[in-house]
Amino acid sequence: MSLTGSDLRNLVLAALALGICALLPLSGSGYWLGLGVTIAMFTALATSWALFSGPTHYISLATAAFFGVGTYVTGLGIDSLPYWGLIGIAGAIGAVLAALVGLATLRLSGVYFVIFTLGLAELVRQVITWVQNNSGQKGLYVLTDLDEAGIYWWLLGLVTAVFVTGWLIGRSRLGFALRIIGDDETVAAHSGINTARAKVLLFMVPGAVAAMTGAILAPRYVYIEPSLAFAPILSFQVVIMALLGGASRLWGPLVGVIPFTFLLEAVSANFPNQSTLVIGVAFLIIVYFLPNGFVGLLDRALTRTGHRREA
Amino acid sequence: MAAPVLSLRGVTKRFGGLTAVNAMGFDVSEHEVVGLLGPNGSGKSTTLNLISGALPLTSGQVSLWGNRISGLPPQTITRKGVSRTFQLVRLLPSMNVRENVVAGAVFGHRRRWGGEARDHADQLLDQVGLGGKGDMAVGQLTYIDTKRVELARTLASDPKVLLLDEWLAGLNPTELQIGIGLIRSLRDEGRTVILVEHVMDAIRSLCDRCVVMAAGSKIAEGTPTEVLSDKEVIRAYLGDDDA
Repeated sequence: MSLTGSDLRNLVLAALALGICALLPLSGSGYWLGLGVTIAMFTALATSWALFSGPTHYISLATAAFFGVGTYVTGLGIDSLPYWGLIGIAGAIGAVLAALVGLATLRLSGVYFVIFTLGLAELVRQVITWVQNNSGQKGLYVLTDLDEAGIYWWLLGLVTAVFVTGWLIGRSRLGFALRIIGDDETVAAHSGINTARAKVLLFMVPGAVAAMTGAILAPRYVYIEPSLAFAPILSFQVVIMALLGGASRLWGPLVGVIPFTFLLEAVSANFPNQSTLVIGVAFLIIVYFLPNGFVGLLDRALTRTGHRREA
Repeated sequence: MAAPVLSLRGVTKRFGGLTAVNAMGFDVSEHEVVGLLGPNGSGKSTTLNLISGALPLTSGQVSLWGNRISGLPPQTITRKGVSRTFQLVRLLPSMNVRENVVAGAVFGHRRRWGGEARDHADQLLDQVGLGGKGDMAVGQLTYIDTKRVELARTLASDPKVLLLDEWLAGLNPTELQIGIGLIRSLRDEGRTVILVEHVMDAIRSLCDRCVVMAAGSKIAEGTPTEVLSDKEVIRAYLGDDDA
């Protein structure tokens, strides 16, 4: 593995950007820190989502399922295990769950996969609700001495890990195999690629990341219950943000997460009951006007001016 | 005849009540170019799909160097050394010409990666007449050039057996001569090739042996001159009156 000059430059820039982001809690503003947490959370979720869905074109709505499982891992284990250990356990459970879902569904074509992943979140939520009803519990308290800044730094670490993983996958045979699969699955199989294995392996990444995100964020909710932890709206928000930015580049989703977070923030401050409407309208606008997201817009502009970047 | 590289025994494929391929059996020796002929709908392409693993067999057996490959998924068959082109050219639209060829080099029979795969791809592009076009988008290519890219991709994993599904179809007369020359160069390299083909000129000048199919069954086998003068073959192509 060798690094070119532009790789090094990008690496330095990314490290610099990360360093600046890490200083946010020192600003002392609770409002900006809260926004930072939301942005870091959606960056981790949307970037890892796009790692899988970008090349394969499978739309996964399972984010809420993995996320909810992660919050419950923290909720159930916070009294007996260290926080970092719970994040690791959540990641492992998320990856295993994703592998099982993948083995069961990735042989299905697009639409069936979408419906199955949407149903999965609902299924897990109903099971937990049923268990709670039977045990007489309503929810779980997650009490820690972790403050908002701590959660933010944990999320920032996770975001870094997601970008490094995505960058490594992009340079690997697995990443190349997935690009081939995304273009033409028949050609992929006849080129010697085990398409099912490649897809399952990659689907484990967003599964693990979403579960870890849930585990990190559980203390912020203080009290968790199924309808909060498994809210299906989360899955849709992640899809919209990733598509708004563009799922074809590693940094694409980030470009969607930031403006969309501000938009949602402005809407929920001014029209607290209309945020679902905004998500719906945003979705329509993206599908009609920005099918390839901001990344696609940028690519088109670059092609027009004749400065097409080398891939 | 030396031990066959590839052999088919009783290979049968049924789609519901239709028997597309019926008890096909033939052998292909090393360095041999075998033509698979027959009228439209006689089951040639289906036979190729059964060899490459694109379709599962209903019954029978395909073996490579005496080891059964039928029943294995296409990626495993490719890794064992059987590589193919498609009747309708299939390129990878998001990748440039070189990457399309590299795609064939990374996961197949002989695997290469990184600089080695790129150099190998460039070498193959030279060989098929696309030297210097590695950075082009596949959308910019002419029809014959897309076929060349696909051929280079197929060659990229150093396959033991090459399956060409109507590789010469749709070429104009000038391109056809180029195409025939290209396949002849593969033959001269000593590659083992099965080609499904309609172009008689190509069959006469390229094939060591031909297998002729009609309605899913083998009706003749022999040198091109033998099979093309065979009464059964003429009847299959032209009908009873002309035989």
